[in-house]
Amino acid sequence: MAEERRPKQCTVVLPTESMKAMAESIGVGQLQEESCAALSEEVSYRIKEIAQDALKFMHHGKRRKLTTSDIDHALKLKNVEPLYGFQSQEFIPFRFASGGGRELHFYEEKEVDLSDIINTPLPRVPLDVSLKAHWLSIEGVQPAIPENPPPAPKEQQKAESTEPLKVVKPGQEEEGSIQKGQGAISAEAKGKKEGLMRMKPRSTHELSVEQQLYYKEITEACVGSCEAKRAEALQSIATDPGLYQMLPRFSTFISEGVRVNVVQNNLALLIYLMRMVKALMDNPTLYLEKYLHELIPAVVTCIVSKQLCLRPDVDNHWALRDFAARLMAQSCKTFSTTTNNIQSRITKTFTKSWLDEKTQWTTRYGCIAGLSELGPDVIKTLILPRLTVEGARIKAVSEGPVVSNIDKIGADHVQSLLLPRPTLTVSQSGIGGSGGSRSPSIIKVPSSLTLMSTRPGTPTQPSPPATKYIVMATSAGASSTQQVLDGSLVITLSSSSGSSVTSTVASATSTLQPLVKLESRAASGLGGSRPLQKYIVVSLPTSASSSLESKSGMLPPSSSSTSPISLEAGMKMDHTGCVPNGTLLPI
Amino acid sequence: MAAVQDGQLNLEVEKDIKTEITNDGSGNINANSSSPGSTSSGGKSKSPAGSGEDQQTLLAVLQFLKRNKLTESVDILRREAGLSADADDSPVSESAGAGSGGVPSVGADGGDANSLLSRVSIATPVAPPATAPPKVVAASGGEDQPDVNVVLSAYSQQGDPVLYPLYYNGLKKFIESVLDCHRAELSQVFYPLFVHMYLELVYNNHENEAKQFFEKFSGDQECYYEEDLRILSSMSKKEHMKGNETMLDFRTSKFVLRISRDSYQVSCLGKPEMSRSLWQLTITYRMLSYQLLKRHLQERQNNQIWNIIQEHLYIDIFDGMPRSKSQIDAMSGSLAGEGKRDANKAKVFYGLLKEPEIEVPLDDEDEEAENEEGKPKKKKPKKDSMGSKSKKQDPNAPQQTRIPLPELKDSDKLDKIMNMKEATKKIRLGPDNLPSICFYSFLNAYQGLTAVDFTDDSSLIAGGFADSTVRVWSVTPKKLRRVKSAADLSNIDKESDDVLERIMDEKTASESKILYGHSGPVYGISFSPDRNYLLSSSEDGTVRLWSLQTFTCLVGYKGHNYPVWDTQFSPYGYYFISGGHDRVARLWATDHYQPLRMFAGHLADITCTLFHPNSNYVATGSADRTIRLWDVLTGNCVRILTGHKGPIHSLAFSPNGKFMASGATDGRVLLWDVGHGLMVGELKGHTDTIYALKFSRDGEILASGSMDNTVKLWDTLKAFDDVELDDFTAATGHIHLPENSQELLLGTYMTKSTPVIHLHFTRRNLLLAAGAYNP
Repeated sequence: MAEERRPKQCTVVLPTESMKAMAESIGVGQLQEESCAALSEEVSYRIKEIAQDALKFMHHGKRRKLTTSDIDHALKLKNVEPLYGFQSQEFIPFRFASGGGRELHFYEEKEVDLSDIINTPLPRVPLDVSLKAHWLSIEGVQPAIPENPPPAPKEQQKAESTEPLKVVKPGQEEEGSIQKGQGAISAEAKGKKEGLMRMKPRSTHELSVEQQLYYKEITEACVGSCEAKRAEALQSIATDPGLYQMLPRFSTFISEGVRVNVVQNNLALLIYLMRMVKALMDNPTLYLEKYLHELIPAVVTCIVSKQLCLRPDVDNHWALRDFAARLMAQSCKTFSTTTNNIQSRITKTFTKSWLDEKTQWTTRYGCIAGLSELGPDVIKTLILPRLTVEGARIKAVSEGPVVSNIDKIGADHVQSLLLPRPTLTVSQSGIGGSGGSRSPSIIKVPSSLTLMSTRPGTPTQPSPPATKYIVMATSAGASSTQQVLDGSLVITLSSSSGSSVTSTVASATSTLQPLVKLESRAASGLGGSRPLQKYIVVSLPTSASSSLESKSGMLPPSSSSTSPISLEAGMKMDHTGCVPNGTLLPI
Repeated sequence: MAAVQDGQLNLEVEKDIKTEITNDGSGNINANSSSPGSTSSGGKSKSPAGSGEDQQTLLAVLQFLKRNKLTESVDILRREAGLSADADDSPVSESAGAGSGGVPSVGADGGDANSLLSRVSIATPVAPPATAPPKVVAASGGEDQPDVNVVLSAYSQQGDPVLYPLYYNGLKKFIESVLDCHRAELSQVFYPLFVHMYLELVYNNHENEAKQFFEKFSGDQECYYEEDLRILSSMSKKEHMKGNETMLDFRTSKFVLRISRDSYQVSCLGKPEMSRSLWQLTITYRMLSYQLLKRHLQERQNNQIWNIIQEHLYIDIFDGMPRSKSQIDAMSGSLAGEGKRDANKAKVFYGLLKEPEIEVPLDDEDEEAENEEGKPKKKKPKKDSMGSKSKKQDPNAPQQTRIPLPELKDSDKLDKIMNMKEATKKIRLGPDNLPSICFYSFLNAYQGLTAVDFTDDSSLIAGGFADSTVRVWSVTPKKLRRVKSAADLSNIDKESDDVLERIMDEKTASESKILYGHSGPVYGISFSPDRNYLLSSSEDGTVRLWSLQTFTCLVGYKGHNYPVWDTQFSPYGYYFISGGHDRVARLWATDHYQPLRMFAGHLADITCTLFHPNSNYVATGSADRTIRLWDVLTGNCVRILTGHKGPIHSLAFSPNGKFMASGATDGRVLLWDVGHGLMVGELKGHTDTIYALKFSRDGEILASGSMDNTVKLWDTLKAFDDVELDDFTAATGHIHLPENSQELLLGTYMTKSTPVIHLHFTRRNLLLAAGAYNP
């Protein structure tokens, strides 16, 4: 019935101290405690009464916000002089002061210099009230014009995708059309044939010319070379309300793009596409569930694919894997239900390929990264028991006969991912206050960092040019507040330097040291959420890789172990494992 | 043309005075309130003793003797002492006397059943319980509501405050233990009992007990009483009760419950098998059951509850099956319980008036011609309905001359012809054929738009604003022009054909005009049907009549002393209705500066007003969550419709006058059968206050506009078809509402952060909506 609401209404009374303060302000000195109590009850009652009357004026004024004029009118009803001229720029104009054990709120009245007022130019005259007519509906269908709100709110998209049967079944046509709201109604009467028409997803919907232009611009900007444009485009994807009609196109764009670029080992483009996924997921008005069957395979591909770049030994594809793993975890969190079981299916996929003896180190890394993002439970049940086995495997690679450079790097990364390090506890304590749910990333971040600084015995590798990684300190700071930015790609410093496995330990530590401090500060300010796990280092496509991009079909000289065919096979396995709705398109 | 006879006007004035007396009464409390308090505290000290009630009565007598110089007090004394038989010479309040008549007798005699019986039967002629409801009269405010003084002193009766929760709990347990079919009905008693017990505690200065009582049991009450509970909870001191309107409502009006006879017996006895046979008998036996009820409650020491039931509740007993919970919930929710069934028994002529015959190829035919060819209603002249159907006078229609209506002017006839021509092009609407909606957004209104109206021909829009202005726009290419000044007018050739054109001042042509005059937000606005006048009502307590020829204020109607929430022209012009914070709706004629009728009876602000299409009735919606229908001729309240759970903010009559729709802050639209006074439908879907309702010109579609930024269309044809009205439901008013609002919803149209505050169907059935854009 009514138990859940209604807090203790009758007990809310102004504190007696306020009465005292008010009495003092009008020159009444020592007020008895009893009179204060009596006064405060009386005053509270009157204030409530006035507020209730003021509410009437708000309702009749057709507003949702109570204004000071409502209070004035309510006072007038009670034959009380209204508080003329009470207005304030701020929501609560009171200032707080305390001293001598007393607290006081007062109304700040600044001294005003008249000459200032006289000399300031007059403010612009506010625009006059005007009338504007538009079509809210034309014969039952709401036209998509700027005057009308975006056509389908998220709940409706959700209703459509989660209860598609309602729309489809002819017997339930009427109810379905109500779910759909406008648009379908006029069609409803035209019989079951129309009902079948409606079964078709909205992808058959024609886009207006403007939408087509928008789509073209956005996709071009997203994969183009201008970083500023890309940021703008991603921002647009993440915030614009009216994109749902283009959603099928975007999702196809992404999945096709991943398919092509994985084959071509075009790391940069894969990164861009993942950023698009991230932006789509960030858009509060979009309901992605319908398109997960395209997006999830693409994302998983970017996590576990054997090869993502032309030069696996140099390029930082690890960061892409990490990023995609985080995306995967996010979508698991958002969309996993008992019916589609995304999380468990994804987990199974990762586990399966991880357990496979023949799995490449890159895929291995992706699987572990993906699993570790899925939460402490997964880590506990799936990763920890495997640690010893994995450790032996790593040992075999690092200490055994030199098989291949790439294997070694891969093993290193897996190790760095898995190794809990003494410094872990230190940095964890710094962050630990902000929330306990971060374990996977916590394990990862500091361990990889310490890995760098404490592992002098790593084999020396040709260090990549220092200019390749641009550490954006500002973005790291900002990322604590802006999820989008931290999502904007790329490469965690830890893994980047890990991939390069620096030859000179001293230099690595020196560049890393200041960043450690930065992180702990930013992370503690974060308050429990997980966005900031790593330093954001934006990697610009290196001249080398960009030149390779242009010669896209070429096989990388250094990638010895992977061939396109095996890659393809690996991907297939990924996809079959992770399809949410069982309607996966074969890649 | 003069509308009403003088005699009636006098009557109105008299009533007016009476309401003022009521107001004076509230002033009196201040003077007198201290003494009842002291009495009660005296009573309290002795009440634990078994004979406390006798003592208490004596004390009360003593107290009144002290003050017997006041005639008012003497009256009170009489009532209090149970001398209601003598009191019939007191004109003040029959019903109140009757109500409290039983109380002292209950309190006075301890357990002597015989004397009780005799007492009660003395009281019977004055108040035949539950059979003769107090006749609801117009302006019953004066008579129905006893003096506030009396009201407050009624609470001087009291028992041990500690026992209150026990009493309540006891009843709660009892009711929970009865058969399922009775439980729902009997649990209606909870809320009024709760309220009155709380108020009694507060009145007798048991502040802490009252708080505890409230905290303990407020959670049990139905959620739709939340608003009232909030007000109650803030009232924790006796002093607060003085001037609190909600309190007065509870005190002055009896909370009406409908309980089936069976259930009532159960409540009387707790032993259904015994009482059922008894109850079938005559009034003597009924007395007996009262006695038995009393005995039953006495066994449980529930005097307090019995007193409250006697004093403050009106139990409307009906024969037949007890109602289900959902049936009860559908009807309850108003401030003073459900409407009494008898309140809705009066005949309502809901049919439409005959339209005067006008030949379309214009000839100066006499408009009084009896040859009624067609148009059932001005708003709804249909070509296809010409011929047979409406040749006859509608049997449900009032007499043509029941209310004097203004004669048609030539311009009106022209307008009617235009109307008919337009109507031939009207789109027939239906579920397959939804109307187009044209939305008029008020830009830069800064949340100041408070009222909107369209003219019937949709050529003008008027908006009332919080900055006290009224603005009129022309939405056709025809600009708004003012009539020339008197000096210029004298120069015009009055014989010329286009004299009407010549009197207009071309220099003043503009698309909109601003009307200044009010000194507060304009809450109501209404065009006259002939488009010559505009009415506006405002926070400043006035209703103003504006000329749309000169764009000046013609009259300021002063009568309401408080904000006037709404005003509406009659569909035939000349009359208009206004209602506001003073709870009285006033009927005016444009050429009288005083109201012709005052409709009093609502227990809270009148929030919206509407004329019936035949102009013989007026509907008012109120913050007491009831709708009342008033007869313009007699001034009687002919319908009380309960069921809304929040203040009602919009009303609409179907074009055939048979049905009504109402929308409230609870986001629901309720449909009513005016003839039977029954709720026939409930349309759920909105999530916020519904500010606008309109039927399409043929009544097939209902459009509703709400604060939640949507316009919704409903299939009313289906809604009214689905209702099966057999004799029984018509007689008892207990209808099973079909749960079909989702099927009836034809469309939802979101606006872009623009609350919809007015809707209007053009003559061609295009839907116009209006609201202020609130970015």
